[in-house]
Amino acid sequence: MSTAPSTPDLVVDGLWKSFGDHVVLKGIHLEVKAGEVVVVFGRSGSGKSTLLRCINFLEEPTAGTIEVAGIRVEGGGHRTRAKRERIRQLRIRAGMVFQDFNLFPHRTALDNVMEGPVTILRRPRRDAERTGRELLEVVGLADKADQFPIQQRIAIARALAMNPKVMLFDEPTSALDPELIGEVLAVMRRLAKELHMTMLVVTHEMGVAREVASTMAFVHEGEIIEQGPPEQVIGDPQRAETRRFLDAVL
Amino acid sequence: MTIHGGGGEHLAPPPMPQRSRRESFELFSARIPFTLKVAAVWGVILVLLGALFAAADFDVAWMRENATFIAKGITWTIIIAVISIALACTLALLGALGRVSNSAIAVGVTGFYTSFFRGTPLIVQLFLLYLALPQIGIALGDPWADLLTLDVLTAGILALGLNYGAYMTEIFRAGIQSVGHGQSEAAEALGMNYVQKMRRVVLPQALRVIIPPTGNEFIAMMKDTALVSFLGASLDQMEIFRRAQLVGRADFRNLEALLIAAVMYWGLTTVFQYFQLRLERRLSKGYVRGTAGVAVAGQRSNAGA
Repeated sequence: MSTAPSTPDLVVDGLWKSFGDHVVLKGIHLEVKAGEVVVVFGRSGSGKSTLLRCINFLEEPTAGTIEVAGIRVEGGGHRTRAKRERIRQLRIRAGMVFQDFNLFPHRTALDNVMEGPVTILRRPRRDAERTGRELLEVVGLADKADQFPIQQRIAIARALAMNPKVMLFDEPTSALDPELIGEVLAVMRRLAKELHMTMLVVTHEMGVAREVASTMAFVHEGEIIEQGPPEQVIGDPQRAETRRFLDAVL
Repeated sequence: MTIHGGGGEHLAPPPMPQRSRRESFELFSARIPFTLKVAAVWGVILVLLGALFAAADFDVAWMRENATFIAKGITWTIIIAVISIALACTLALLGALGRVSNSAIAVGVTGFYTSFFRGTPLIVQLFLLYLALPQIGIALGDPWADLLTLDVLTAGILALGLNYGAYMTEIFRAGIQSVGHGQSEAAEALGMNYVQKMRRVVLPQALRVIIPPTGNEFIAMMKDTALVSFLGASLDQMEIFRRAQLVGRADFRNLEALLIAAVMYWGLTTVFQYFQLRLERRLSKGYVRGTAGVAVAGQRSNAGA
């Protein structure tokens, strides 16, 4: 699937999500261009995690479209076989990192990283193992290949192994012990600065947000009410809600 | 009690009571290892039973002569149990996947299956397959008359497999549902389809929960193979209980014959219980290793901080 260089890697258009009567997302529009890092922040309960989970259809959007690397899927309605396959294609192109890792505990670290390429992309084992070891090196865990997986950095390597167009991070540091947060942030910094990975990050972690974000988006009550480069959004927030949130966390 | 530190001196010390017989016995008993005492109780029970059998004109020589004849049934008992449990596991897996799926057909079919086979007696199911199915076959006409007329072992294995499969569907379903939702999400987020997700991620983790109770079902099934004897197998296909009944009735040595059969079942279940215990220990050890890994890593990072 080739896309024109001007097309963003990720487009979220008119995304609505409600759980019963409770409307969580109210017509979100969001674009992430190639090599860009967009950090979505906001209070817990503002809908930012739901936004990320709607992007790879772990939650079915009530309405709206999601497009990842040219794969466009309409939200809402029944998941037909054809739609399920398009969702699968979209997910292959979007690497997901969960808040609580969700590593496969019955497999070693290396097996976790090799799982996607071998099972889904049908790569030969030997290639997958070489790439897997390289990726464990990237996240700084080359010596942990044979251990049972416990770390968020392995989860990042597992997602990277699919060679995704976009990486989605769902509060990747909030379930970590304080001393482990730095390691994960270092890996994310490296992905952004050295590998120019396209990333969408949902986080409270303002420090790393400021450092790696090309764009920051503040979500309030299901809407993106302020968006811009970090120095502008953090340095000179225009909306009172943004200012109040930043005062509380900084 | 309100005895204060200084107030005690006014009270006369209580007189040391004479040790009663009962108390001496308790003290003596406390010095004997618990397992030894349990073994002694078993010994007493066996001696009492032996006395009872002796009073019933117990013929040990007859038992010695006929034990090998009955023992020849052990092979069939094990064969029936092993094939049936394999069938039951397959059905339980399909049943459980059906129960947790969102296909109306799968939920309907598996719901009917588990409801019927758990709601009717195993012995009725045995006879349905052996005696009632041929009647349907004859009504349907040519190829079916032969196909639906099952021999004793096939009917027995099918009935045991279907019955246990229905019960084990619940075991498998619980196992599948014990795997955290996050695991499913992680597999789906990678791009796995349903089969890949189940085979690579969910079922391997569910097995840890499924295997121990499945062992119990297998042991229970060993005993239920005796029900197949009611269908009346021919001599070359008789399991333990049918052989015991045959010789026991012929010589009017029912006590001896049935006792041999009971001891053989008991021995079989004891052996398999031992293996199951070992398997269970090994599985839980694997689990401990995983958690130990977390603990070690936690310590290391604490030391580094």
